[in-house]
Amino acid sequence: MNKVENNKAWWLVLPVFLLVAFSAVVPLMTVVNYSVQDIFDANTAVFVGVEWYREVLQDSRLQDSLVRQFIYSFAVLLIEVPLGIAVALMMPTKGRMASLCLILLAIPLLIPLNVVGTIWQIFGRADIGLFGWALNSIGIDYNYASNTADAWVTVVLMDVWHWTSLVALLCYSGLRAIPDAFYQAAHIDRASNWAIFRYIQLPRLKSVLVIGILLRFMDSFMIYTEPFVLTGGGPGNSTTFLSQTLTKMAIGQFDLGPAAAFSLIYFLIVLLVSWLFFTTITHMDKDK
Amino acid sequence: MSWMAWTPVTASFFSIIAAILACMTFYEIKVPCTERKGFLPIPTTRGDRLFIGLLSSAYVHLLFVGFSEASLFIPLALCVVWLLCLLRWG
Repeated sequence: MNKVENNKAWWLVLPVFLLVAFSAVVPLMTVVNYSVQDIFDANTAVFVGVEWYREVLQDSRLQDSLVRQFIYSFAVLLIEVPLGIAVALMMPTKGRMASLCLILLAIPLLIPLNVVGTIWQIFGRADIGLFGWALNSIGIDYNYASNTADAWVTVVLMDVWHWTSLVALLCYSGLRAIPDAFYQAAHIDRASNWAIFRYIQLPRLKSVLVIGILLRFMDSFMIYTEPFVLTGGGPGNSTTFLSQTLTKMAIGQFDLGPAAAFSLIYFLIVLLVSWLFFTTITHMDKDK
Repeated sequence: MSWMAWTPVTASFFSIIAAILACMTFYEIKVPCTERKGFLPIPTTRGDRLFIGLLSSAYVHLLFVGFSEASLFIPLALCVVWLLCLLRWG
């Protein structure tokens, strides 16, 4: 078949192009413009070059937030991905129980972020919350408002509770797409359950896992609402993540220049890590 | 457009990026590229190499800004050479 040289169908991309330009490119350009100026009001701005970038990169408060953010994102990924796969493997494949499991799994995903924070704020309290009360009853001195380790455990558990369902649902859809012939061949070969998982299910889950890991990384790296509602960033600054620091800077102090520089560095980190994840996973198959 | 707070420096920066993208699009239409393997550990297309070059240049500039008092023309020159090498042999 000859290639069509003058393909007018490309014009159909124009609305998407305009929408992306309006909602992403123009705001991003504005942030770049703000990041090199000291903005006093809508009409008064002074060019300062890379001064804000230098200030932001040397700010220990932001460096600490960045380290906390990476630890948090990798902790939730390390828990949610294996747990999501395990849940998907254990779910029934057909019948009413399968529908019921799907509905139950979807419930946490439907709850607004600030409500999740509030649920866990109450759930973790030692006086009126079931989780906090139960831990204290068995002799564990748990208080997420005053103990850093407890605050971290609660913030990570909250994220696991909220988002493992997403990974599980993605993996479940991936597992359902595997043809029965693969399993029949494995049974003829007397493959163990582990061998079926390792050589049939896991490779076939790769594409959904790429999407799941990318979504969870980007989401967890930009987390704001849940920890803000649950701990307010405390005790001290122990659960203050990048977006909370950025919000304080941009809205609390109205330092638009440094906040813009910080936003761009934040964007570059998300872009780099997402690209590395995506490239590594998509090239693993090609190397085999 | 005053709400976008344009400056001559940022306007030049975006103009150069837009010009690079326009040239790459034009070149792609004239000479469609195929994925190939150079000194990078992965096979890449021309667009991949441009993306890697721009992203790595951004990080090089950030390193110089954050941890050195040197003039920004030094990382700029390094990045132009790096980008050209990447596009040719990457």
